[in-house]
Formats: sequence, C-alpha cells, structure tokens
Amino acid sequence: MALLRIENMTHYFGGLRAVHNYNLDIEPGQVRGLIGPNGAGKTTIFNLITGIYQPSKGKITLGGSGIVGLHPHQIASAGLGRTFQDLRLWRHMTVLEHVKMARYSKITYGLIGAFFGTPKRRREEAEIEERAYHLLGMMGIAHLADQVVVNLPYGAQRKVEMARALSMEPKILFLDEPTAGMNPEELRQMMEIIRQVRDAFGLAIFLIEHRLKMVMELCERIQTLVFGEVIAEGTPEEIQNNPKVIEAYLGKEIVE
Amino acid sequence: MEVKNANLTKNSKLRGFFSQIPLLAWIIGGLIAVWLEHLAGDRLTDILMLPKIPVLFGFVTMLKKPLLIPSSVIYVLLIYLLPVFIFARLTRSPLNKLAAALFKVPWLSAVIHIVLFYAILHIWADISAYRVLTLRLTLVAVILTLSLNLINGYMGEFSCSHPGFMALGAYMASVLSLVLFVSDRHFGEAVLPAISGPFLFHLVLIGGGIAAALGALVIAVPSFRTRGDYLAIISLAFMFIVKSMIENMEFLRGPRGLSGQPDYATLPVVFTWTVLCVWTINNFVRSTLGKALNAVRDDEMAADAMTVNTRQTKMVAFMFGAFWAGVAGGLFAHVLRYVNPGTFSIQKLAEVLAMVYFGGLNSVYGSIVGAVSLSLLGEALRPLEIFKWIIIPLLLILVMIYRPTGLIAFKEFNVRNLIRPKQEPE
Repeated sequence: MALLRIENMTHYFGGLRAVHNYNLDIEPGQVRGLIGPNGAGKTTIFNLITGIYQPSKGKITLGGSGIVGLHPHQIASAGLGRTFQDLRLWRHMTVLEHVKMARYSKITYGLIGAFFGTPKRRREEAEIEERAYHLLGMMGIAHLADQVVVNLPYGAQRKVEMARALSMEPKILFLDEPTAGMNPEELRQMMEIIRQVRDAFGLAIFLIEHRLKMVMELCERIQTLVFGEVIAEGTPEEIQNNPKVIEAYLGKEIVE
Repeated sequence: MEVKNANLTKNSKLRGFFSQIPLLAWIIGGLIAVWLEHLAGDRLTDILMLPKIPVLFGFVTMLKKPLLIPSSVIYVLLIYLLPVFIFARLTRSPLNKLAAALFKVPWLSAVIHIVLFYAILHIWADISAYRVLTLRLTLVAVILTLSLNLINGYMGEFSCSHPGFMALGAYMASVLSLVLFVSDRHFGEAVLPAISGPFLFHLVLIGGGIAAALGALVIAVPSFRTRGDYLAIISLAFMFIVKSMIENMEFLRGPRGLSGQPDYATLPVVFTWTVLCVWTINNFVRSTLGKALNAVRDDEMAADAMTVNTRQTKMVAFMFGAFWAGVAGGLFAHVLRYVNPGTFSIQKLAEVLAMVYFGGLNSVYGSIVGAVSLSLLGEALRPLEIFKWIIIPLLLILVMIYRPTGLIAFKEFNVRNLIRPKQEPE
C-alpha cells in the first residue's frame, strides 16, 4: 500500500486545463522529484494535494484514506507537511514560535489551559519547546531561536521553514523549490539537510526543483511535467537522456 | 560627537541607576506616596495656597488657574515624585532580597504585587469621589481596549462592533441585576434578597459577557468564511443594529435607557475583573493556541498548512474578545448606574479604537498604556473644553506618524520578568 496515491487527478482553472490525468505513488522513505519548465503546473499539483485547491476529478489517498475535500489543516494533521516556494513565514513571530506553532493540532490542553495557564499547559508547552530546540539544533539555527524571522538571512529563513514543517511530524514532506535563490554553499547545506532529514525521520519526500543537479542527486524517481501532463517518468539517468525532456527544457531546434 | 557620547554615558548611567530597582520598591514607594497624601495632603495644600488637593496630579488646577502652576508642580513633586524615587533608590538592596525571596513562589509574588498595587489605587482614590469614578472608568476602558486589541491587533481583523458587544453586555447585566436584586416600577419586585447581590453580581457580569459572545457568533459565522474587509463592514452594521434594536425595545425603555442599577461595581470589583481580564488574555496570547492568531494574521495559508485550524482560531478569539467587551459593558453600566443606547455608538467606537492604536497593536502593555493615558488625558484636559478635541487627535496623529503601530506594539507582557528581582552591578 502506497503512503500517498494519486489517481487520474485533473484540474481546471475555468476553461484552462492546468493538470491532466496526474498519477503518483509514494512509498515511505522514498524521495521523489517533480521537474518541469515554469508554468508547467508543479505548484498547482502541490496545492491540489495539500487541499488549497479541490481537484476537478481524481482520487487522492493518504495512508489509505481519501483526503479530497478535507481542509488544508486536516490534510496537514493527517501527516502531510510542506514548505512554500515563496517562503511563507510569519513576519512578527520568532523562530522558536514558528517551530512550536506547527504542533497546533497535537496540543491537548485546550482553551481552559490557554486562558488560565494550567500546569498541564506548562508541561505541554515545555515539551513542545524542547522538541523545537532539538529540531532547530538539527538545522543548525538553535542560536537564532529568539530572533524575529524577518531579521534573518535568506538561507536561515529557508531552514526555519524546513524546521517548521518537520515539527508537525509529517509522514511525507513536500518541498517546493527548497533551494530557490540560494548560493552554492547554502545549496550544499540544504541538500545535506534533506538527506539527513530523510534518514533521521524515515519520511517520504516529494520535491519540486528547478536545479536539475539537485534533483538528479537526491531523487530515486523523477517525473517531468509539461503543460500539466507528465511526459516522462523514471530514474535520474533515464530522465536525463530522455529526448522529450531535453526538448521541453531546451527547445526543439537545439535538439535537432 | 563628544557631547553625544557624554549624553550617552549619562543616559546609560541613569538607566543603570533605575534598572537596579525592583518593581516591589516602586510599588511600596507609591504606597508611601499616597499614604503621605492621605496624611499631609490637606496641610500641604494650605501651605501652597491651593484650593484643594489636586485631583489628577494637578493638571486640572494648572489648566484652570495658570497662576497656581508652581504650587501644583511643587505639590506633585513633594507628594508623589520625591518620596517614590527616594524610597525606591534607598531601599533597593533590601527590597531586591525580599523580591528574590518572594520570587521562589512566582504566583504568590505576583498576587502580593497586585494586592499592594490595589492598595495604592484604593488610598489614592479615597481622597475624592471623582477619583474613584475616574479610576473605575479607566479600568473599564482597559478591559475594553485589551479585548479589542485581541481582535484588531493579535488577530489582525478590523472589527467595529465593540460598542455593540458592550451594549449587549451592559443591557444584559443591567436587566439581570434590576430583575434579581432591585424592586422598581419597571421590572417589579426583586427576586432575590439584596444581600446576595454583591456575590451574584459576578455571575450577572458573566451573563453579560456571554450575551456579547453570542452576538459575536452571529457576526463570526458569515464573516470568517473569507478574509478581507467583510468583517469591518458586517461588524459596523452590527453595532448600528444593536443600537437601534435597543432603542426600539419598549421593555428596555427604549432611548430613555435603564437606570437604578445597584452600586455593585465598586473599585475592588472593577479592579478584580480588570486583573482577571489582563491575566486570561495575556495567558491566551502567550500560549501556542493563542499565537495561532498571529500566524493566521501574518499568513493564513501557511498557518493552515501547519495544521492550524484557522477558522476555529478566529472564532474563539473573536468570541473571547466579545465576552470581555460584554463584561466591560456590564461594569460600565453599574459604575454609571445608568445606560442608554446612545452611549454605544460611533463615538464610543472611535474612543476604543484610538486607545488600541495609540497604545500599540499586539501588546498587552500597549493596551493598558493606551487606555490609561487616553482616559486620564481626557479627564485632565477637560478644562480646555473644545480644545481637548484638538489636542487629543493631534497627539494621535503624531503617534501614527512616528510609531505607526502604536506606542508599545508587539511586546510581550511577561509578569515573571516584571516581578523578578533586579541585578545589582558590582
């Protein structure tokens, strides 16, 4: 049984067909990649799976149960963590608060605890904080815990987003261009972190990326998306040598 | 450059001078000051040839009779400033030790600080009935401002319905206490003996709060489906609907209003409720459940993707804010012992909004400072009559220019840090 299975997912924006007959199976611990030129519909696929849009057609199951029609927060609580292409951090909150926030659905002290500061709340918040520090340590940004995120350099912000997504203990992690705008050194660190995360938590990773080098090194299987349709799927070597992929990326004339 | 440096060292020296003083010393100093006023205030006013003890730190006297400015300043200096500073400075090391001892049980220390602080207010207000009234209305304003800050600041939605919630709370509480504890022509004989009133009054206030929270539910259901200006428009409409609804209800005596509420909202009662409000709201906004409000405000999509139930978070906060507005309304009605629907209109809204934005968004400190300073300023500038309405808005504009989010915005109110003993440098 696949961890995440998507069958024949199709989506229309009005009359525009953004995604057509998309299929995917991800097993626990797998790293999968999704590449494609700008506007191919990669982020749309992420948004469809995470519940931000509802697919027009198709079935999505996570751990055996259907998730189409659920709220994004319900899908997230079911074990689907993600990062965003355009770094959606909360600008007035500190790094530590970000990582703690992703534990929202696991909090059990309830409103009574929130209003009156019960001992149960203090225990639980302390636990969450300890976990958060552990994660921040793993990302190498524990010393920034009390900083407001807007003051951080870009690479650190990316790491905060990663720590935040991991804090919710996902079964599968969606990374939307995790290295966009990074310099080579930061890129190397991020690849290291992704590997480390996969090994430490044993979670599946689904990656959208522009930098082919990174996808080729990290992913076991890669899909190539063009105009909402998967034109090629296979191991990195197969993809690299697939004429359709080269054509989509570089144009027909050059190939000929 | 050198001058600047000299200023800088002087500044840090001054700061160092004060930073070693624990809050306990300031509070006890304040207690001594108000006690001094109690004992020697009358004699000092005779000597300084002031007509009577200046009620609000001499502002009113100074504005009415400019010739008395020197005496008023001397009075404030001798009674308040000098005793407080001298005491706080002299006793800082024993009181630091005492604060450290108390701090071993933080909640007990907090309670002691609050009780002592209440004693200051009580003795200060004992001088005149005017002070008691001003103080009670100021505390009500603190509750109101803080509860609106929860919605407009922490949650970042613009709500205009606070006067409406306040009206619901005020009328609910008034009707309850008039029916239960008072025999009058309108509502008939009292149901319960008057002696139970002061105790059951707390339940009456909670009833007012719940009425307001239910009103909030009516707004929240349609307007939290999406983000945007919907809430501002719907809540503004709600405010007017509540007002004209009450105006047209004959059993609430319509626009003539209700009067004769029992005098249960005494200073200790209002103070207790204010502390309760600050305590619960501060607890809420510092918990991860409450911080979810900030997450929703800063990026709702990200909050959703991080398992935050955004709709529930917003509903809870909105109703919680409305609850406290209702309680504030109930207290307000029982402080003035009269309510009419005209009170709860656009002017009240402007007042509360001004306090929130003046004090600072997303900040418990800010709300307290905003509510207290604007309430007291409103009273102190009363002799200027019409000019008061020029000076206060001007001040607001200046704050908005130089600190767009308010005086003390985005600052956590950490009671532990406040009551902590202060370090003494070697």
